[in-house]
Amino acid sequence: MSLFSTHQSFTARALALGLLLAACGSSGSTSGSAHLATTTVAPAAQTTTTLPAYPVTVSSAQGQVTLKSQPKAIVSLSPTATEDLFAIGAGPQVVAVDDQSNYPPNAPRTDLSGFKPNVEAIAAKKPDLVVVSEDGGLSAALTKIEIPVLVEPAAKSLDDAYSQVKQLGAATGHAAQASQLVASMRDQISQLVASLPHRAQAPRIYHELDQTLYTATSSTFIGQLYRLLGADDIADAADKTGSGYSQLSAEYVVNANPSVIFLADTKCCQQNLAIVAARPGWSGIGAVKAGAVVALDDDIASRWGPRIVDLLRTMTQALAKVPAT
Amino acid sequence: MAVTAARPPPVRTPPDQAREAPAGARRFWVAAILVLVGAILAGLFLGPAGLSWRGILLDLVGRLPLVHVHSGLTSTERAILWQIRMPRIVLGGLVGWMLAASGASYQGAFRNPLADPYLLGAAAGAGLGATLIIAYAPTVSGWPVDPIPLAAFCGAILAVAVAYVVATTADRSGSSATILLAGVAVAAFFTAVQTFVQQQHSDSLRQVYSWILGRLGTSGWHDVWLVFPYVALSSAVLLVHRRLLDVLRVGDHEASTLGVDTARTRLVVVGAATLGTAAVVAVSGLIGFVGIIVPHTVRLTAGASYRRILPLSMIGGAAFLILADVVARTLAAPAEVPIGVITAFFGAPFFVVVLRRRVRT
Repeated sequence: MSLFSTHQSFTARALALGLLLAACGSSGSTSGSAHLATTTVAPAAQTTTTLPAYPVTVSSAQGQVTLKSQPKAIVSLSPTATEDLFAIGAGPQVVAVDDQSNYPPNAPRTDLSGFKPNVEAIAAKKPDLVVVSEDGGLSAALTKIEIPVLVEPAAKSLDDAYSQVKQLGAATGHAAQASQLVASMRDQISQLVASLPHRAQAPRIYHELDQTLYTATSSTFIGQLYRLLGADDIADAADKTGSGYSQLSAEYVVNANPSVIFLADTKCCQQNLAIVAARPGWSGIGAVKAGAVVALDDDIASRWGPRIVDLLRTMTQALAKVPAT
Repeated sequence: MAVTAARPPPVRTPPDQAREAPAGARRFWVAAILVLVGAILAGLFLGPAGLSWRGILLDLVGRLPLVHVHSGLTSTERAILWQIRMPRIVLGGLVGWMLAASGASYQGAFRNPLADPYLLGAAAGAGLGATLIIAYAPTVSGWPVDPIPLAAFCGAILAVAVAYVVATTADRSGSSATILLAGVAVAAFFTAVQTFVQQQHSDSLRQVYSWILGRLGTSGWHDVWLVFPYVALSSAVLLVHRRLLDVLRVGDHEASTLGVDTARTRLVVVGAATLGTAAVVAVSGLIGFVGIIVPHTVRLTAGASYRRILPLSMIGGAAFLILADVVARTLAAPAEVPIGVITAFFGAPFFVVVLRRRVRT
């Protein structure tokens, strides 16, 4: 054992973590292939009282999954999928959700982890459907013991988010409610977009993921929401590798002078307007001077479930206040 | 490895060093200071905000007493220069200075070329302290001081203290091999606890990770004033002991016959180096390689006496880290590259070049 080891193990671990985080960040890129549910279920036009016909085959990120009968014991290891399931009326079929699934409050939260899933602990819940956002070998392991797994990875676009809702609807026998939810989300979002005044110059925004100035660019899911609202993300210049995420220099953020700062690190890192204003050099930023530092809910801002409508509403309200130049 | 490394290396005894030509020594000082000045200038002029060189120069001149010039910089640009770039340079300098000085001191105190400031568990302890706060302190606003640096500082001191106490109670003579092995054990233990806590709180993963990789990017004058007293005190103690470090090089037994209390000297040197390391790690995170490559580069180019290694390492360490930070903020501008990546990526090959040139000649 080398005397270096203390330091090297730190570096190695830091690198390993880096890869892990990079994997988390890029997992969204594979989700572009998420398909609309192909299903034998009754079309949405029919009433929701119609009993769904099983078996049902759903295409999710890891391929075709066939459910022999309507699942009655669903385990969700993805906070977004949990929100989706409850929003489409499949909540009563959910028996356990992971430790990060804190919404809706009545979801049956357990100490199961979607981050380091334990196959035995999941199997102990005797599920007839498991929903995860990252596979990591879990679907292979659970399929061996004949538990179907749906992989619903981080959405890359709003369409991804919609198709995941529909996949979950098809799988759980709530296709009609899923279609209604998607239609309602589409409606509300287009109303929000239409409510914004037209501007000659797009307002510049900075979306903060943590206080070391990690940020998301327009190529990420969250970044696309800003683009949808006609805002210009200051991080776009920094993302040369196209990973969608980067850590900005403080002097760049100050110099870029965003009109609105969105903090998605209010829960993790307790950031707020006062703390941001006290950062060296930040008091001169337009957003800080105007008080346009918007506290987002970290959870909502990192998920792609039904509450993106709430998120977009918060963003819209803040952007509407930006004075025309 | 600790056992073989603890054997005294075949070096010249201190009296030989004293007879080296003083004229030759001067060029090393001049070179070190020139590199430091160059690093500071690079730090001032280079950055993603793209401030004009002329404006920066005029603004600097305008700060001199009795000089009134208008630099043409906007208030935002002045804020970038004085509140973001300047403290970053000063803090980078202090951190590099301290890590290089601590590395050199550890190498001297343990007569071990592989020693670095994190050897006795300072990094593992600081990492555990920071992780505990990130994972368990629900809110940090409202605290009189930022608890993360405080916990990192206490963790670093605690880890080294535990290693030292464990070693000296097991082995009354306080041999360096025992202390090193105790340090390795303590570091492994603290790292295990830290990893466990971090895995239990996967939501805190990115924060812990970015703390471990090290950063100067978001620091201000506040951090500078926070670490300055510790760096000053620690540096003073280490510089006072640089002659004793030279005596230690001949081996514990021989040093004792020369009237040096080796255990006490080692305790004071390690204590001072640890205090300084804990302070800088608390604000900058774990920045690696500085403490090992800077003292060795100095040793390979300027000679083996600690009267030279220690002060030259301080200057060299400051210059190296300021330059590494310039690279960190310009390489992928306006994105940042973690400074720990830069110190290893550029530092390690540079060190290999120095090593090869030295071995050939």
